[in-house]
Parts: sequence; C-alpha cells; structure tokens
Amino acid sequence: MKEMIRVGMADLNVCVAPNAIATLGLGSCVGIVLYDPRNKIAGLVHIMLPDSTKIINNENKAKFADTGIDALIEKMVSIGANRKNLVAKIAGGAQMFAFSNNSEMMRIGDRNVEAVRKKLKDIGIEIRAAHTGENYGRTIEFYPETGELHIKSVGRDRIII
Amino acid sequence: MVSQINYDSINNMQFDVLREIGNIGAGNATTALSQMINSKIDMKIPKVELLEFKYLADIVGGAENLVVGILFTLEGQANGMMMFMMEKIAAHRLVNLLLNNPSDKITDDFTEMEMSALNEIGNIIAGAYLSSLSTLTNMLITSSIPYLSIDMAGAILSVPAIEFGKIGDKALLIETEFGDKENAVNGYFILIPTLKSYEAILSSLGL
Repeated sequence: MKEMIRVGMADLNVCVAPNAIATLGLGSCVGIVLYDPRNKIAGLVHIMLPDSTKIINNENKAKFADTGIDALIEKMVSIGANRKNLVAKIAGGAQMFAFSNNSEMMRIGDRNVEAVRKKLKDIGIEIRAAHTGENYGRTIEFYPETGELHIKSVGRDRIII
Repeated sequence: MVSQINYDSINNMQFDVLREIGNIGAGNATTALSQMINSKIDMKIPKVELLEFKYLADIVGGAENLVVGILFTLEGQANGMMMFMMEKIAAHRLVNLLLNNPSDKITDDFTEMEMSALNEIGNIIAGAYLSSLSTLTNMLITSSIPYLSIDMAGAILSVPAIEFGKIGDKALLIETEFGDKENAVNGYFILIPTLKSYEAILSSLGL
C-alpha cells in the first residue's frame, strides 16, 4: 500500500491500487465501498441518512444513501472505473445507544443499512460482503489491490470481509 | 411554509445566546459537581464551536479516540437530544475525583460503581444545562434517563451528528474545562433540539 486516503463523515472519495481508502469510527452511519475489480479502482462514501428527499437541506450528496451512491459512481467512472464491473461491500449502521423510548432515533442505523441495500439493488450492484448492525463502532479500510475490507473495532479482533 | 432555519447560517445573536446557555449551564454543572465531591472545582469559560461533520471528531482527538458519551433525549416543550462527552481518560479522572480513588487509577474498563458514578455525572451535567435552558426560555424541558456508550469518538458522535444532519451540515459543540488543580477534565456538550423545537427556543428568546 502506498497511501491511505481518508474519508470523513458525509464525505466520499476514490482511490486506485496500490493506494487504499478508509473511514474512521463509523457508528450509525454506513460506509459503502464500491469496487471495480478489473481496473482496481475503489470508492468509499460515508453516509449519515437514508433518504435525501426527506430533508430540506440536501446539497451535500455524500450525506445520503440515495444521492451518495450515485455521486460516488459518477466520480469513479470519471477516473476510469467501468460501471458494469462495480460490486459493493458495506459496513456500519450500529445502534450506539440502547434507547428505550424513541423508535425512530433508535433505528437510524438499521434504516441506513436498509436504504443502502435497497439503493444498490435498484441500480443492480451486487453486495459481496456486509458487516452491519450491532452496538459498536467500526473503522474500515479497503484495499483495491486485494479487494479486502478490513474492519477494526474497540476490544475486538480485526475482521476481513 | 417550510422552515429555512439552519445551523449553518446561524447569526451572531443566536450564536451568542447558545453560548450564554452553555456558560450558565456549565456554571450550574460545576457547582453541582463541587457539592457532590465536596471540594472546589474550577471551570473555564466554555468555547462554543460550529463544526462541519468532517472535522467534528478532530476536536476530541480524532475519530478513533476512545470517549465516553452520555446521551439524553429531550421531552416536554422542546424535543431533541443532548449529549455530554469526554475522553475516556478524562472520565477516569472525574470518576476518581468523585469516588476518592487514587488519581492515577486508569483501567481498561469501568467498574459497576464507576459506571453508575458516570451516569450520575451525566445526570448532573444534563440537569444543569437543561435548567439554564428552561430558565432562559421559560419552557418546561425534561430529559430521559442517561444512555451511556464507550467507543470511538466518530461512532459516538455519529448519533448527534445524524440529528444535526437532518437540519444542516454543521454541528454545534460546547466545550467546557473543569476540575481541580491536578485533574483538569475537558467535557463536550452537544445540544440538538429538533427543528421545530429550535424555532420554539429562539422565538421564546425573542430572536
């Protein structure tokens, strides 16, 4: 690996092997990695909310599952990825606090994951691997060279999917 | 008519009001904590910052830094959530002060006793902020029980950030530093009224 490209919250970026791409401390947000295995081009978007159409202030495309995935594909194609080759790996969508009294707030992680799965299905991108839900944070790193998604959490072993 | 209120375009006067709520709340919290441990605790003037999500976790030492988050949901005349957050190491210091532990006792996990002390600290601090908000706005606002989580800063912050995300692209953070001479503790306070409640709060303040 040459360089690790960082993606922040409500942010997206792309990378080409031998570089890698990461987002740190995913909680209820979802990290979506799209990957063109033939050209070894990857992209990562760190979304916070399921649906841009439900929000008035929706200029930041990377914030939402629907517009974030579209914007990521556009950016990947612009650097040479082939749309037809793309596959996905996803992680995140945890429930960080054990709320007992507010169902909508409690389920935001799940709702994010559902929205991501639906969007990818609608546009015909296969999810190769997923590590979602639970109640802990995740740092994820993707290596286009191997196609591996590494997941690190506090007090747990590193997982590779 | 759709509301145009947005944290991103908050004006100076609104910012000052939020800072004032932070100041008074932190003062109340410090007094309450002093009484709890029966010794003087000092407090610095809180810093209020409006940050883009991308940079939110940097302020607490990066997205992977271990923090304790104590979260409450708000009910009554204003709805939303608030969270008090501190670095895990700072939480150990505060708990040590409170439980009369040796000040260098820092372990991987918190004992049951320490966890309940943390919840109590959360209750005191949240209560202090809420009472300053209620007094200033003349609104009756109550909070839920504390929900506690210890994890990476980014993951903990994602919960309030998502609530802010429904309104805009920035989050409002109030940083307070308190402690005695040897044990300074930085705490971060995040208040997120729902859009409707935010409007109600501002209008009750005549803004």
